[in-house]
Amino acid sequence: MNKFFERRYVITGIFLVIMITLLGRLYYIQIVDDRYTLYANSNVRRIQIQYPSRGPILDRNGKILVQNVPIYDITVNPKEVKPFDTLEFCKLIGIDKEGFDKRLLKAIKYSPNKESIFEKQLPFELYASFQEKLTEFPGFYVQPRTVRTYPDSTAAQFLGFIGEVQDRDIMRSNGYYRPGDYIGVTGVEKSYEQILRGQRGVKIQMVDSRGIPKGSFANGAFDTLARPGERLTSSLDINLQKLGEKLMKNKLGSIVAIEPSSGEILCYVSSPTYDPNLMVGRERGNNASKLYNDPYNPFFIRPIQAYYPPGSSFKPLSALIAIQEGVITPETMYYCPGYYIAGNRRIPCFHGEVHGAVNLSKAVAESCNGYFDMVFEKLINRNGAKKTDTSFNYWRGNVAKFGLGTKLGLDMPNEGRGNLPRASYYDKVYHKGGWRSSTVISLGIGQGELLATPLQLANIEATIANRGFYYKPHLIKAIGDKQVIKHEYNVKNYVGVDSQYFKPVIDGMESVVDYGTAKGAKIPGIIMCGKTGTAQNRTGKDNSVFVAFAPRDNPKIAIAVVVENAGQGGTWAAPIASFIVEQYLKKSISQRPSGITPDYYINANLLPDLNIYLPERLKERRRDSIRSVRADSIRKVKADSIKKAAQLKTANNNKQSGLSALLAARRAGK
Amino acid sequence: MSVNNQRSFFFNVDWLTVLLYLALCTIGWFNIHAAVFDEKHPSIIDASTNYGKQFIYINVSIVVAIVILLLESRFLTALAPAFYGITVLLLILVLVIGRNVGGNQAWINMGGGFRLQPSEFAKFSTCLLLARYLSSVNIKVTELRSFLIAAAIIGFPMLLIMLQPDTGSTLVFCSLIFVLYREGLSPYFLVVSGLLITLFVVTLLYNPLYVILVLVLLTALIIFLFKRQRKLIFTMLVGLAICVAFIFSVKFIYSHVLKPHQTERINILLGITTDLKGKGYNVNQSKIAIGSGKLWGKGYLHGTQTKYSFVPEQSTDFIFCTIGEEWGFAGSVVVLGLYLFLILRVIYLAERQRSPFSRIYGYGVASVLFFHVVINIGMTIGVVPVIGIPLPFISYGGSSLLSFTILLFILVKLDSNRMGIV
Repeated sequence: MNKFFERRYVITGIFLVIMITLLGRLYYIQIVDDRYTLYANSNVRRIQIQYPSRGPILDRNGKILVQNVPIYDITVNPKEVKPFDTLEFCKLIGIDKEGFDKRLLKAIKYSPNKESIFEKQLPFELYASFQEKLTEFPGFYVQPRTVRTYPDSTAAQFLGFIGEVQDRDIMRSNGYYRPGDYIGVTGVEKSYEQILRGQRGVKIQMVDSRGIPKGSFANGAFDTLARPGERLTSSLDINLQKLGEKLMKNKLGSIVAIEPSSGEILCYVSSPTYDPNLMVGRERGNNASKLYNDPYNPFFIRPIQAYYPPGSSFKPLSALIAIQEGVITPETMYYCPGYYIAGNRRIPCFHGEVHGAVNLSKAVAESCNGYFDMVFEKLINRNGAKKTDTSFNYWRGNVAKFGLGTKLGLDMPNEGRGNLPRASYYDKVYHKGGWRSSTVISLGIGQGELLATPLQLANIEATIANRGFYYKPHLIKAIGDKQVIKHEYNVKNYVGVDSQYFKPVIDGMESVVDYGTAKGAKIPGIIMCGKTGTAQNRTGKDNSVFVAFAPRDNPKIAIAVVVENAGQGGTWAAPIASFIVEQYLKKSISQRPSGITPDYYINANLLPDLNIYLPERLKERRRDSIRSVRADSIRKVKADSIKKAAQLKTANNNKQSGLSALLAARRAGK
Repeated sequence: MSVNNQRSFFFNVDWLTVLLYLALCTIGWFNIHAAVFDEKHPSIIDASTNYGKQFIYINVSIVVAIVILLLESRFLTALAPAFYGITVLLLILVLVIGRNVGGNQAWINMGGGFRLQPSEFAKFSTCLLLARYLSSVNIKVTELRSFLIAAAIIGFPMLLIMLQPDTGSTLVFCSLIFVLYREGLSPYFLVVSGLLITLFVVTLLYNPLYVILVLVLLTALIIFLFKRQRKLIFTMLVGLAICVAFIFSVKFIYSHVLKPHQTERINILLGITTDLKGKGYNVNQSKIAIGSGKLWGKGYLHGTQTKYSFVPEQSTDFIFCTIGEEWGFAGSVVVLGLYLFLILRVIYLAERQRSPFSRIYGYGVASVLFFHVVINIGMTIGVVPVIGIPLPFISYGGSSLLSFTILLFILVKLDSNRMGIV
C-alpha cells in the first residue's frame, strides 16, 4: 500500500465508464436500430424472379391466334471472356465485327464482372448452331425466354403487341414491373394484361459475399412458383377475319361484324393492317418505325378510332325513333319531287332522283333524303320552333340510347366515342336561339356533325336485328380454362323502341338488298337486311358504307363495312359485307346472280391519292403531336416538382451528411 | 522446493482468474469454428482447419501457463532485463528477416507453418522491465529522470514496432500511461492526453477557427471567475497557446504524419467520408453482422454475415462480429462482462500485492488487456478507427494467445507467491 492507493478508484472508474459506453453502443445497434437486420438480409438474399409464360389467345373455335415460342438471349460476363474466334462467333449469330465490339463495350460498361445481355432474341435455328460451339466462347451464356408468335399473321389491331415497360408503367404499377419487363402496349395485350401476364414466382437464394449461390433461403419456404397467364378465348372467327382482311387489302376502312344474340364480335378488320409477327424479334425496331411512317397508318385502329359520317345508313335509326315518338306511322306518305325544302334551303335527293310518293319502307329501300328530312323536321319542330333546343336534346337522347356519341365499353383500349352534338354546341356556333331544324337538317340523313365509329354502326345493326336491344360488344368471350364470362356481357341494353315498330323498317332494309341500292350484294338463299350509305368526305371521293344483318329472322350476324374514298355504298361496301355474311352463315361463297366474285374485290386497289391524303394526315398528325408535346411537358413539370420535393426531403433528413459535405468542400478548398 | 511449498502454491493460485481465462479461450475457439466453418472439415478439432489449430494453441498455452506457475518467482524478476533484451533483438531481427504479411513486416517464420510475432511478446517483457525499474529503490516517477527512463523503456519497443509498421501494436504501449499514473505520475498527463484526443477529433469535425473561438471564450470565462489567482491565469494562457498550436498542427499531422489508409479510417469513423464498398467496407459489414444479431443472435453456425464471408479477417481482428451476430446482445454482454470482470480482478490482484514489482506488473496487465478489448470491440462497432489488434484470448492466432497467456499467468504466479519474500 502506498500513498497513491486511492488512484486505483480513478483507474477503475475510467475503465468502467468506457466499457459501459461500449455496452451502450452495442445496445443501440443490436436492439434499438433495426436497419442492420435489413442490410444483412439484402446482403445474403438474392431474389430471383421466375417469369410465367404469357397466356395464349384463341379464336371462337379454339384456333390459336397468338402463342409463345422460345427464343434465346445471349448474355456475357466480360470478366470470363477469353480470346476466341470472333469471326466465327459473329457469323454464327449474324452480326458484324463492329456490332460485336459495340455490344461487348456496352456489356463492360454495364459491369465488368456481372452478366448482362449481349444479344437479344436469337431464333431457335441460330441458337442451335450457336449452342454447339458455346464451349469455344468462354464467358458467353444462353438464356431461354419466350416471345409471342402469330401463326396466321392476322388480327393485328385486335391482338396488339407487347413491349418493354416505360418508366410511367413502372411508376403506375407501384413497382410491380421492373425495367426490362414486358407489358401489353396495345390491343387485347393491353386491356387483358393482368390476366395474360400470369403471376410471377420468386426464388430466394442465399449468396455469399462474392455473389456465389449457397442454396435456397429457409429451404424454399418463401419461394413461390410462377403461374402462367390465363388463356383467353376471343369471339373472333379466324376464317372470317382472314377473309375480311383479304377483301380490304389495298383499301382504307374497316369491317366489324357482331353476333346480335351475344354481342360477340366475329370480325374486326382495320385496313391497312400489318403482320403482327413484325412487332416481335430482332427486327422489331426497324419494322415498327417503318409501320409508323406508313402514310396510311396501320397502327390506327379504324373499327374504334376512325370517325365516319354514317350517311344514309343512319336512316333506319331515324325512322325507328320517329315511329316510337309517334310523329309518323309506317303508313305516312310523302311525295318526293327530287328535293326537300328546309327553310330556304333546297336539299336534293341522291343524284336528284325523283322518288314520287313513298311510305316508310319504300323511303328506306330507296334511301329518299326528302322523307327523312321531313321526319327530322317533324321531330325537332314538334314543340314549336322556339323550343328547338329542348326538342333537339330529346332527339339526341333517343339517338344516344343506340350507343352513338358514347363509348360502347368495348374491352379494348383507346375506343373513340364518335360525335353526337348537343344543342349547346349549336348555341355556341349560331348563338342561342339562332338555329332551327332547317339549320341542322343534314343530321337527319346521317351527315353534318354526326360521326360514328364502325363499331357503333355495327352495334346499331345488332340492335335492329334484336328488335330493340343490344349486348355490349366484346372481343373476349371467355377467360381461362373455366371459360369465365364477364357478367356485363349478359345484360340486355334496351334502346327505347318497342319491338313492334321494327317490322316496317326491316321491311325496307330487306328491300334495299332485294331490289334497292344494294341489290348487287344479294346472297342466294339468305335474306339479308341492309342499308347503304354514301357519306360525303372532306377530301376525295365519298366513303362507301354498308350496314346489314342476316338472316332476317333469328339473325346470326350484324355487320358494318366502311371503305374510305371508294364511292357509293352499294358498289364496294355492300358486296364486301355480303361475302363476309355468306362465309359466316354458309362457310363458303356461292355463285352470285349479279356475277360478282370475291377476287375482284380482293384485287381492287382503292388507296387514295397520297397527294390529297397525305397533307390531310400530316395536319392531323401535327395537331396530335402538339397535343402530345403539351401533355408531355405538363407531365415533365409534374415529375420535376415531385423530384424536387423528394430532394428537399432527403436534404432535410440528412443534415449530418450535408454538414460533412460542407466540411469536405472546405478541406478541399484549402 | 519442498512438498509443503508445492501444496501451498496450488492453494494460492487465484482460480477465479484461471476460470475466466479458460472461459474466454473456449468462447474464442467456438467462435473461430463458426467464423471459418468449413463444410468439408466440420469437426472442431480437425487440425487442418484454423479452429483445429486454435485448439492446439490453447493446449500449448495451458502447458506454458503450468510451466510459468512452476517457475520460481525470483527468476521472473531477475530475468526481466533479459526478456526485454531478447524481445528487442527479435524486433530488430524481424525487420531484417521478417515475413511481410499484409504490409506489415511483423512475423518471423518458424518453419512447419508456424510464425512468430515478436511484437506480441514485447508486451509482457516491457511490462516486466517497467515493473522491475519502477520498483527499484529510490525511483520515483514524479522525478523527471526516472520518468524519462520509464518512458524510454516503453518507447524503445514502440519505435521498433512502428518501423514494421504496425500502428495497432504500437498504440497498445500507450495504455501503460495508466501504470505510470498509478505509480504517481501527475494526473495532468491523463487530463492533457484526454484533452488532446478530444481536440484532435473536434478539429477534424468542425472549423478550427470556431474551435479556437470557443476555447478563447472558455479561458476568458475562467480567468474572469478566478481573477485573483495570478498563477492560474498564467497556466490558462499557456494552456490556451498550446491548444491553439495543437489545433493548427492537427492538419499537419493529418496530412504528413499519418498514412493515407489511417486518415481514411479516421474519416470513415467520423463520418467525414463514406465509402461502403471500399475503405469503409469492413466496418460497415461488421456493424451489419453485429447489429443484425438482435437480442438473442442467429444461433451457433447460423450467422449469415459470418457464414457467407461478408466480414474479412473474421477469425482474427473481427472475431467479435461472430459473437455479436450469432449470440446477439446477450452474448456480447456476457463476453464484455467476462472481460470487465477479468480486468477488475487483475486490478484487485495487483492491489493486494505486497511487493511494488508485482503491483506495477499487475497494472501493466490490466492496462494492456483493457486497451485491446476496448479498441478491438470499439472498432467492430464503429466507435474507434480500424486498428488491427486482436481480441485477447478469443482472436485466432498462436502468437497472440501465447503472449496473452504468458502476460496473465506471470501475474497469477506472482500473486500465488505474494506471501513470500521477493
